[in-house]
Amino acid sequence: MSLFHENIEKNIGFMMGLILVLITVGGLVQIVPLFFMHSTMEPVEGVKPYTALQLTGRDVYIREGCYLCHSQMVRPFRAETERYGHYSLAGEFVYDHPFQWGSKRTGPDLQRVGGRYSDDWHRAHLNNPRDVVPESIMPGYPWLEKDAANAADIAAKMKALRVVGVPYTDEEIAGAAKELEGKTEQDALVAYLQNMGTAVKFNK
Amino acid sequence: MADFISGSWSIYIAVVTVLSIVVLMLFTWKMSMGIPKPTGGQVETSGHTWDEDLAEYNHPLPSWWLNMFYITLVWGLIYLALYPGLGSFAGFLGWSEQTQYDQEMAQADQKYGPIFQQYLTQEIDKVAQDPKALAIGQRLFANYCTACHGSDAKGGPGFPNLRDGDWLYGGEPAQIKTTIMEGRQGAMPTWSPVLGADGVEKAATFVESLSGRQVDQAVAAEGKKIFEQNCVACHGPDGKGMQALGAPNLTDDIWLYGGTHAKLVETITKGRNGRMPSHKDFLGEAKVHLLAAYVFSFRNAAGGEAAK
Repeated sequence: MSLFHENIEKNIGFMMGLILVLITVGGLVQIVPLFFMHSTMEPVEGVKPYTALQLTGRDVYIREGCYLCHSQMVRPFRAETERYGHYSLAGEFVYDHPFQWGSKRTGPDLQRVGGRYSDDWHRAHLNNPRDVVPESIMPGYPWLEKDAANAADIAAKMKALRVVGVPYTDEEIAGAAKELEGKTEQDALVAYLQNMGTAVKFNK
Repeated sequence: MADFISGSWSIYIAVVTVLSIVVLMLFTWKMSMGIPKPTGGQVETSGHTWDEDLAEYNHPLPSWWLNMFYITLVWGLIYLALYPGLGSFAGFLGWSEQTQYDQEMAQADQKYGPIFQQYLTQEIDKVAQDPKALAIGQRLFANYCTACHGSDAKGGPGFPNLRDGDWLYGGEPAQIKTTIMEGRQGAMPTWSPVLGADGVEKAATFVESLSGRQVDQAVAAEGKKIFEQNCVACHGPDGKGMQALGAPNLTDDIWLYGGTHAKLVETITKGRNGRMPSHKDFLGEAKVHLLAAYVFSFRNAAGGEAAK
């Protein structure tokens, strides 16, 4: 056996170093350059940061694990765009930290759900999906209607998001808690859902 | 891929990628050179012994296995030449996700476009007679409408039944099409501040009497006064509603939000603002035309003329 190979196998520290280099190359080529592209780093025209209410709804979405069954990524295939609407653009997700693309569709994709149904529909559907879609297997989330939207840490959340590049103004952060006054978690989630995928106006 | 903030990123990717492949090739070559082929039945062992006499042969890789490494490496190079991958280099095939999608859509448009177009030029009531058009309409309905109106088109609380012959905004072909194209916004205001709990109660009782229910006549008579002062502007003096406003007919015992006394009280107290979203931008006129024909066809099926 060549010394070359034997040396690697017999020096565990050396081998770990080489494995690290090997894996790093993948990340350096596939991930790092994405942080230096216009299409991934800059918002598409029309995309705005989430309002305090929408942001709270987004956190409810994450807390309840909606992403486990719903994706937020319309792929560029006719079968998807006919059903959901225009395919997703990278620049639509610049204010998502982290994005909610998901990886499994037990339910439908939600990236273009904004405006597709009425607020009433979303409320009925979140309370008990079978009230509006008898065939649905989605669980109900009736407590969202009763729980108040969490205003305690909204300003801190928005400040944290500002650190990673979401351009919230001081006024927006100061007024955030007020925006959530009297709102339920359901209000927040519906606001989030109705905003989803609506920022960019596509020509049909 | 061509939108890097600095062009050097493209070079960076290309260099690291090609360099990786070259290094892996050299590594594979070195591995295959390092071990002599066994001669005369004598095979070198790795020098380790376990459990007294267990040794490990040090065979070279079988050539088919080794060649697999070379084949995948060469395939990688061919792929990078043909498809996007090396930085901003688009590949000799000129393939892109975007063009593939555009082609797919253009193909579909070529195939289905004339069919949609042909129906679009016909009157909706005529399209509604065409079994093929209805089959298309049914599929479109299943895809885009069932979440609210149900797979049987019979709706649900707050979402109109399309088969009962009762039309909030009108059941003529053009009206149905407008409803789908532009959407509709219900606008029943909340009445509790104006009427008070007592007034709401009386008005609800009168509304019940409109569809021939047995109610307390004295309460209904008081409710009638309230109705005449507040409700006739939209629901009409006879309570038969007004399709231009989407104000429902209150005399036909068909209830969008439920017809129990408690539900009527809730409706009057809180108001109702049901919304049908606009589908013009999402579906386009050709599909909406077929959907309107499909929905219009329910009228024939349900003998819907009876109600209106």
